[in-house]
Amino acid sequence: MRYFTDEHEWIDVDGDVATVGITDYAQGQLGDIVFVELPAVGTAIQQGKDAAVVESVKAASDVYAPIDGEVTETNPALEEDPSLVNSAPEGEGWFFKMTIGNAAQLDALMDEAGYKAFIDSL
Amino acid sequence: MSDHDTDDQIEDLPLDALPLDAWHRGRGARMVPFAGYEMPIQYEGIVAEHNWTRENAGLFDVSHMGQLLLSGPDCDAAVEAVLPIDLSTLKLGQQRYSLLLDEDGGVLDDLMISRWPDALYLVVNGATKWDDIGTLREALPDDITLNHLDEHALLALQGPKAADALARHVPGVEALTFMKFGKFKLAGHDVTIARAGYTGEDGFEISLPAAPAAEVADLLCAEPEVKPIGLGARDSLRLEAGLPLYGHDMSPETSPIEAGLVFGINKRRRTEGGFHGADRIIREINEGTARKWVGLCIEGRLPAREGAEVFSGSDRIGTVTSGGFSPTLGAPIAMAYVASQYAATGTALEVEVRGKRLAATVSPTPFVPHRYFRGS
Repeated sequence: MRYFTDEHEWIDVDGDVATVGITDYAQGQLGDIVFVELPAVGTAIQQGKDAAVVESVKAASDVYAPIDGEVTETNPALEEDPSLVNSAPEGEGWFFKMTIGNAAQLDALMDEAGYKAFIDSL
Repeated sequence: MSDHDTDDQIEDLPLDALPLDAWHRGRGARMVPFAGYEMPIQYEGIVAEHNWTRENAGLFDVSHMGQLLLSGPDCDAAVEAVLPIDLSTLKLGQQRYSLLLDEDGGVLDDLMISRWPDALYLVVNGATKWDDIGTLREALPDDITLNHLDEHALLALQGPKAADALARHVPGVEALTFMKFGKFKLAGHDVTIARAGYTGEDGFEISLPAAPAAEVADLLCAEPEVKPIGLGARDSLRLEAGLPLYGHDMSPETSPIEAGLVFGINKRRRTEGGFHGADRIIREINEGTARKWVGLCIEGRLPAREGAEVFSGSDRIGTVTSGGFSPTLGAPIAMAYVASQYAATGTALEVEVRGKRLAATVSPTPFVPHRYFRGS
C-alpha cells in the first residue's frame, strides 16, 4: 500500500518495512536533480522532520520523514545517478527504507487518489 | 519537501508584468518573482536550456533591466564625474562595462554603457534600476536629461548559432564584433543590437519597443536554432562564464577591486580619479585588497551555494557568493571572496555545506571558456 504526504513524499509499506521517495509532481517542480543527501542507516527519523536533502540545479530542498521510524537502507544508485529521481521518482529513484515506528501515522496520509486530487488543487 | 532559499523574491511589493508575460506563459514557462516582476525561471528544464544555449542559440527576455538614455550639454564630463569610465575612448558604436559606485567605493550596480549618436545609452540591473535612476539624477547636473526607456523591451539571443539565426532577419548584423552595436531594422521595426551578453557565448542584445516584442520573439524562436531560455539557465551560464551577479557577488559592501573588476576602472581614471569612491579604488589598485573574488572547483557532486563558508584548516577565510552545479562540467562550481593569501590558483581549501566539509580548489575563471566574436 502506498501513501502520500502533502509535502510530496511517498511511502510504500510492505510488511514491516517502508520505502520512501518523492513524487513525480515533486521532481517536476524541482527540475534537474544533481545530488541527493540521504540519512545514515540507523538514523531515527521523526514524522515531518528533515530526513534527506535534494539538490537541483536551482536550489536545495528538504525531504521530510512521512512517519516515525529508523532508516534501514538507502538507495545506492542515487549516489551514482541522482537523475533517477527525475526519470523514475516513484520507482528506481527511491530514497531510503525505514521501519514503521508508528503505524497509526499512516492512516492520516493520503492514498493515491487523494494525492492526485490534492495536486490537482494546487 | 520545501525549498531552502527564496533568492531574489521581493515579497512585499506587487509584481509587475513584463511586455512578454503572456508570451512566456503561452510557451509553458514557470514564472517566479524576480526583481519586482514575474519572470520565466524555466520552460523545459534548466539543464536542457543551458545545454541548448551552449550548442545552439537561446532567446532570453531581459526586459526587467533598466534602459536609460543620458543627454545634454557636456554630458561626457558630467558622467565621468560619477562613473570611473574614460568616455574619450568610447567611440560611436562601442559599448563598455562600467560601475556605479557609492562615495566609499562600494558597488551600487554594474552596467553597460554605449555611445549613441546624440546620447549615452545605459543598461542597468532590473532590481537596482530605480535606485540607480535616483543616484544618477542626484549626481548629474539638472541640464542632463535622463530618459528611462520603460516602454522598451530587451531580448538577448545567445549561443554559437545566434549570429546565423539573427542574420536571416537582420542582414549585416553578423559584421558586428564583441561590444559593438548598431541600429537595424528587424521585421520592419527600428531596433538597436549590441554584440554582447551574459552567457560567455557569442550573442546579441536587442533593444526594441515593447509593442512588437512578442512578434520579434516569435520570429526568432521560429528559427530552428532558437529556443526560449529562462532565468535558471541564465544564472548557470553566467556562473560558468565567471561573470558576477549584482546583489550576490557585488554589493555596497564590496569594492570592484576585490571583485577583480579593475577593467571597469578605465586607465586614465586610475591616475586622475575624480569619480565616486576614487580614493578607495585608487588605493586598492595600488596596495591590493584584503580579500579577492575567486573561482572554486568543488569535489563530488554536492553544490555549495551562496552563503557557504570557506575554510583553510580550521580558519574561516571566506564566503561563497554564487554557487551551483555546472551542467557543462558535470560538477559543482562556485565563486567566493577569500582572504587574499588564499587566492592563488590551485590553493586547496574546504567549503562547508550542512556541516560537511567539501574539498575545493581555487580555479581560474571562466570555468567554461568565453567564445565572444572579436572578428574573423
